[in-house]
Amino acid sequence: MIRPALGVLRKDLKLDLASPGRLAAVVLFSVVTLLLFSFAVGPDTSSLQRNTAGYLWLALTLSSTLALGESFRLEVEDDALEGLLLLPVPPAAIFYGKATANLLFLLALAALLVPLSFGLYGASVRGSFLELAVIIALGTAGLAGPGTLYSAMTARARGSDVMLPLLLFPLVIPVLIASVKATSLVLLGDPMGDRGAWFALVGCFDLVYWTLCGLLFGKVVDA
Amino acid sequence: MSDLPPALRATALSRGYGRRWALAGLNLELAAGRSLLVAGPNGAGKTTLLRLLAATLRPTSGSVEVLGKPPAAAREHLGLLSHRTHLYTDLTCLENLRVAARLGGRDLSKDRLGALLERVGLAGRGGTRIRECSAGMRKRLAFARLLEKDPDVVLLDEPYGQLDPRGFDFVDQLIAELASRGRTLVMSTHLVPRAAPLLRSGLLLVDGRPTWVGPAADLPSAMSERLA
Repeated sequence: MIRPALGVLRKDLKLDLASPGRLAAVVLFSVVTLLLFSFAVGPDTSSLQRNTAGYLWLALTLSSTLALGESFRLEVEDDALEGLLLLPVPPAAIFYGKATANLLFLLALAALLVPLSFGLYGASVRGSFLELAVIIALGTAGLAGPGTLYSAMTARARGSDVMLPLLLFPLVIPVLIASVKATSLVLLGDPMGDRGAWFALVGCFDLVYWTLCGLLFGKVVDA
Repeated sequence: MSDLPPALRATALSRGYGRRWALAGLNLELAAGRSLLVAGPNGAGKTTLLRLLAATLRPTSGSVEVLGKPPAAAREHLGLLSHRTHLYTDLTCLENLRVAARLGGRDLSKDRLGALLERVGLAGRGGTRIRECSAGMRKRLAFARLLEKDPDVVLLDEPYGQLDPRGFDFVDQLIAELASRGRTLVMSTHLVPRAAPLLRSGLLLVDGRPTWVGPAADLPSAMSERLA
């Protein structure tokens, strides 16, 4: 199970490197989204600083639907997914390999967006950078797990670009709320010491999502 | 008498799309090492049958067994060459072959992969991206993937499609080789007179129903009688 999952991960990373233009479009979209928030709020620096966590997570969430959709478009383009199943690669290995590849991409995207959002909104970190990195890792995992499952479900559907966010957003709202809250506490300070609970909540959602999605993935892609 | 299960067994196998039956009530048993040629007009259910046997499609009713197991559990023994080539268009021919070998648990050397490409007529094309390949080249690469896996049960859906005359000869040689090595073979094609001498049994499907079963050599005449 681990070996084929690593093989799928390696294959997805190779595909990403083979066509960097595809990912550049997602990165550009996320940067433009951050810029739009700053234009929409205007020169109210305190409002931008206060809401940096929300804008950052919205940009990541919106961009994730593009990246996740793209990840499975490649699999259905010439029925490559069917080919993977026939090799045979276990469906769970396909899920964990692809979900990890999507997670790595979202982490790389976040690594770009965090300093950019700090620059645009004038935000700073009152907590530690390690805590910021941990909550971003946990939150993006909460997007990548169910996102991978839903992108597999919608890849062959008519209007898949619309279907994916329609299905995914309601499911990830709890993770999004908890990630925004935890990130805000890291950025703005946490006088009541609440952030640990929010971190744990996102971690619990990750555990449930990644376990359930791994189990359900076979039902989605097999025949 | 052997206790070995047949290589392929389909029991009352049916698949419907909405109110239309693509395949209805097919019973089939194929011993290991035997070969079957499936023929029929467009929409007769040939592709549906092969996809059901490979478990890339779920039957509406009935069941399939491959080497005594459900097909999804016997995929390591199954190879399917379908209309879709299962390739990643952003990768090169060699990368596609290597990815398939690695994910199938067979880490082949570059020389071995190069030899496979040469065998299917793609020598010197290892670095060509699939996006830049013709349909015939993609089909040849799909054959290379099949040869790399070397499964016990081989399902070929229109293997002559998209190929040039030299490709036709390659397919003929491949079928003869697979048969001589004891592989179980099910093949669908419209080029029945060409394929009939190469395979043992024949099955004619019309509107999803088996209408004739017999030696493959008699399939062309059965078709002209029943499809006239």
